[in-house]
Amino acid sequence: MPSRTLFDKIWDMHRVRSMGDGRDLIFVDRHILQETTSAAAFTGLTEAGRPVRRPEMTCATQDHIVSTELRRTASSNPGGRELIELMRRNAAAHRLKLFGLDDARQGIVHVIGPELGLVLPGSVLACGDSHTSTAGGLGALGIGVGTSEVEHVLATQTLVLPRPKTLRMTFGGKPGRGMTAKDIILHALGAFGISAGTGHAIEYAGEAIRDLTIEGRLTVCNMSIEFGGRLGLIAPDEAAFAYVRGRPYAPSDEMLERALSSWRTLYSDADAVFDRELSLDVSLAAPQITWGTTQQEVVGVDEAVPDPTRIADPDRRRRAEEMMQYMGLTPGRPIEGVPVDVVFIGACTNSRLSDLEAAAEIVRGKTVAKNVRALVVPGSTAVKRAAEEKGLDRIFSDAGFEWRSAGCSMCVSINEDIVPPGARCLATSNRNFENRQGPRSRTHLVSPPTAAAAAIAGAVADVRKFA
Amino acid sequence: MKRRPFENFSGVAAPLAIKNVNTDAIIPAPYLRSADADLASGLFALWRYDERGAENPDFILNRHGFRSAAVLLGGENFGCGSSREAAAWALVRYGIRAVFAPSFADIFYENAFRNGLLAGIVSSAALSQMVDLIGDDPERAVVSVDLPGGTLTACDGTRAAFSVPSFRRDALRRGDDDIAATLRYGDDVEAFIEADRQGRPWIYEKGMTP
Ligand code: SF4
Repeated sequence: MPSRTLFDKIWDMHRVRSMGDGRDLIFVDRHILQETTSAAAFTGLTEAGRPVRRPEMTCATQDHIVSTELRRTASSNPGGRELIELMRRNAAAHRLKLFGLDDARQGIVHVIGPELGLVLPGSVLACGDSHTSTAGGLGALGIGVGTSEVEHVLATQTLVLPRPKTLRMTFGGKPGRGMTAKDIILHALGAFGISAGTGHAIEYAGEAIRDLTIEGRLTVCNMSIEFGGRLGLIAPDEAAFAYVRGRPYAPSDEMLERALSSWRTLYSDADAVFDRELSLDVSLAAPQITWGTTQQEVVGVDEAVPDPTRIADPDRRRRAEEMMQYMGLTPGRPIEGVPVDVVFIGACTNSRLSDLEAAAEIVRGKTVAKNVRALVVPGSTAVKRAAEEKGLDRIFSDAGFEWRSAGCSMCVSINEDIVPPGARCLATSNRNFENRQGPRSRTHLVSPPTAAAAAIAGAVADVRKFA
Repeated sequence: MKRRPFENFSGVAAPLAIKNVNTDAIIPAPYLRSADADLASGLFALWRYDERGAENPDFILNRHGFRSAAVLLGGENFGCGSSREAAAWALVRYGIRAVFAPSFADIFYENAFRNGLLAGIVSSAALSQMVDLIGDDPERAVVSVDLPGGTLTACDGTRAAFSVPSFRRDALRRGDDDIAATLRYGDDVEAFIEADRQGRPWIYEKGMTP
């Protein structure tokens, strides 16, 4: 067998046949639906009179449009009721498992996938949401798809996909103090840019990746999509297998042993060739923060925002000026000390238990600055419960944070959690586009500890200065 | 869904030569709240309208002669951001039939073709030449799109080549239904499952059905 990359091994394992022109018919092991991108897929299915091909490989959750009020119902966010009820009806009509609004296993699709053992090493997971790449943290191919493809998976349990090229990003060095998985991936976006991954499946490698916890790896793979591609993954190791063991939908006993012997072959062969290689040393980087309106405008928290007049390329200069203006920043000023209005800890990037613990560590015994609205939105109902068992909810509430129910919340702002016009939000999510968190909202992407530090300081702060 | 075959056409091209136009800009989140939102009026809503909902007279699609645009001339990495297919739907519902750009983000690119929207790759040089030629003048903005020939022709006869993989071009011209096309390989899928069940039984062991 010639040398193959990790990606090639998983892809080939799922390849039903070639469809010509570089495209393959790929078998989908698990399909998770969410309420906002599946409605039209069910309509299409019904109109064509097609059944769901493999209902037992399909499940659904409600996360995007749900209210995050503590005692929420389907009507707490009136604008969401229609899609919430449609999802219920569609799941019932097609006999699909629904982890709905009032289910103890409800949560953001990319959080519950790994948590419930729906994401397995070497598997292919499809979901109508781009951040399905998160599953790569366990060595799965997480494929984010559009609504037509959701319908395609429902009807055929397959996807027709062009085989992507392969890109390896190798992260060397030991990350310094205050550096989290989020800072590593933001640093890479700053270094390589938001189109570095277009057309590629990215494999993250190197000691800085190997040393990450599984939750950290999920964070890194989550932001693969921010490089313009569709897939990111990390070779699963014993830590990944230990994470999977005992999860409700993961194999157990003898079946697990069989799976493990297959999963242990999931790595890029030593002499495998990638179409493209990039590498980055993370040892000198400070905690990272975005200053602009795409994810490649990144600086260390101890640095200044750029001065566009010093950018030679006229196109880039103009873009930088526009972003600077949109973000309400003075060119060349240090990012530290910029006043903050809202702090959002949550979203599929950073809403797992370890994220909340890292933030609580900073918050413990302190108080949220006056005039700052700070929210913690756990990624799943299970994360919320686990955090409450550890008393994290008290640490946050005592400090003045709002402790809310699980959902996408202020990441996409299609429920009641909206950043007011012109307000500046430090967010642990993955998108800082204009108007993303509400009309004229200003978003800076950061790690959970950096977000927590800003809530306390009332301004962008260097988390390394916090005890 | 069954689609209409794509035919060559002439129409107004609106220049929107900005890099990294993302799907949140193409169709803002508020238009995703309902199963039957008016996506055509949501297209580029935050650029098209001000806070009170009045039209922004500077935005290209609000300018005289460009409202009826059927073609967009976009910048690099067009359609980056989320997987929301509504971005492609909004363009189609508005009446856009083709977008030309030097590059497209992966998911948007797929979504465009799935919805009968041509996403053609044109060199930056050819594209800026066309954008310069059009300027502010809708009279000069009428272009012809020749899909089999892979050319975009401006009012003065200048031609730009655009590339589309041949299978996508053929599928657009036939108006293929992707699902029907795949279902023809149903036997291959069943054979795959039978073999795969032996190799990876844990994938098939636990179902999720309620
Ligand atoms: S948290 Fe944000 S990025 Fe993640 S799935 Fe929800 S809306 Fe998408």
